[in-house]
Amino acid sequence: MAYSDKVIDHYSNPRNVGSFGKDDASVGTGVVGAPECGDVMKLQLKINDSGVIEDARFKTFGCGSAIASSSYVTELVKGKHIDEAIAIKNTTIVKELNLPPVKIHCSVLAEDAIKAAIADWKKHKGEAAPTAPAKANEA
Amino acid sequence: MLKLPIYMDNHATTRIDSRVLDAMMPYLTDKFGNAASRNHSFGWEAEEAVDKGRNQVAALIGAKAKEIIFTSGATESDNLAIKGVLEFYKDKGNHIITCVTEHKAVLDSCRALERTGKATVTYLPVDKYGQVDPDEVRKAITDKTVLITIMWANNEIGTIHKIHEIGKLAKEKGIIFHCDAVQAIGKVPVDVEKAGVDIASISGHKLYGPKGVGAIYIRSKGPRVRVTPIIDGGGHERGMRSGTLNVPGIVGLGAACEIAGREMAEETERLLSLRNKLHAGLSERLDEIYLNGHPTERLPGNLNMSFAYVEGESLLMGLNDIAVSSGSACTSATLEPSYVIRALGIDDELAHSSIRFGLGRFNTEEEVDFVTGRVEREVKRLREMSPLYEMAKEGIDLKSVNWKS
Repeated sequence: MAYSDKVIDHYSNPRNVGSFGKDDASVGTGVVGAPECGDVMKLQLKINDSGVIEDARFKTFGCGSAIASSSYVTELVKGKHIDEAIAIKNTTIVKELNLPPVKIHCSVLAEDAIKAAIADWKKHKGEAAPTAPAKANEA
Repeated sequence: MLKLPIYMDNHATTRIDSRVLDAMMPYLTDKFGNAASRNHSFGWEAEEAVDKGRNQVAALIGAKAKEIIFTSGATESDNLAIKGVLEFYKDKGNHIITCVTEHKAVLDSCRALERTGKATVTYLPVDKYGQVDPDEVRKAITDKTVLITIMWANNEIGTIHKIHEIGKLAKEKGIIFHCDAVQAIGKVPVDVEKAGVDIASISGHKLYGPKGVGAIYIRSKGPRVRVTPIIDGGGHERGMRSGTLNVPGIVGLGAACEIAGREMAEETERLLSLRNKLHAGLSERLDEIYLNGHPTERLPGNLNMSFAYVEGESLLMGLNDIAVSSGSACTSATLEPSYVIRALGIDDELAHSSIRFGLGRFNTEEEVDFVTGRVEREVKRLREMSPLYEMAKEGIDLKSVNWKS
């Protein structure tokens, strides 16, 4: 399978790899996927009190497209308000990275990771869960 | 001097040996005759070349020349063996015994017969090393069993089955024993007499010969085995495989068999030393890597390893100047990890993390050193990116996590 240049770029030079401190109340963590399915994404968002995503980190176990999807998402959400971020659709990721049909699940997982991370942050803040059901929670 | 990319996927296919190509060239140019032309010299020299090829193939596996039928490759041979036996012996029975880690050409031939109601099939499990227990074969035998089909060596994990025991059992019970010996022939000693194999599938391009040519060995005596042809036509190959003979291919297959037989001892020693070096080098530099397949009963050129916490396809992508293959889901359209690795009973996560290194005649020690270093670098880089590695290092038992996918 040939990879798109953008997938190769994100895979070779992933943006924002790493982890934030777990005890930081401003950090929301989303872990989605499962090892037996071959994909696990951990997305962490640092969100300020007005709900703006100031920074993002990811770690991903998965194929090149899964790594690229999560890497791209960290760039995409930075500076966005959580209401905007939560509205990001996987199709945006598919389009940006030119993902072939068999890799669409990678983009779905990345979308889920955003929602899960924001839900986790809201939980810290004592707010109600977002309308969309979070697909995964903290491990 | 190291030349990139490095080819280390010799179970998929092999580079044609230049000596093989030299033998073939005249038959691709001046000696273009049809081996079935009985009335002129072009036909005679083609027929002579085919006879020589037949003898060379037979000699490598302890068979008689007349027991070798040329085909288009091992997929055809497997189809002919399974479908041909079931059809010919349909009055005797309709039960096949095989195992879950067989090549698709065997499994899908069996499934096709099941689908059309022509056979019932027992798919035996394998142990953690990938071997079928001959006792399980014995237990699976019914009075309707007409065929046992078990491969000599597995193409993914390199595990060598207990072929001699299964062959003995088949003889004892009077059941035909077919062996897909594609990965073994030319790599390890194969003697159809000693092994009690009645039908064997052979491929040209797995032993440094050309693609598009293969053979099937069909025992002529003790017992005489019959198959119903699956391709009808001009009655070539004593009616068992019609179609104009692929003379240059057959010459190449023959030459490849002769070279493989002559150089096997030396080549095995060299490949074992390269494989052991690769295995030792990776084990020294990386923790939590696991060997898939049998520790000793395996093909000399095969090393199949799982690199925990790293997904196989992403590792392949990082190793972009090395040709190896993965049992990862993502290398296939199905998103299922390798059925062979899963059959060993190991976790799916480790199945997704498996890489097959297939060393062959043209790999060098320098290449092994390079590959060791590249794999180390990529695995470490990807582990730094892996949430699973991070969790494992924090002491979290990944099995205790409630994954929601």
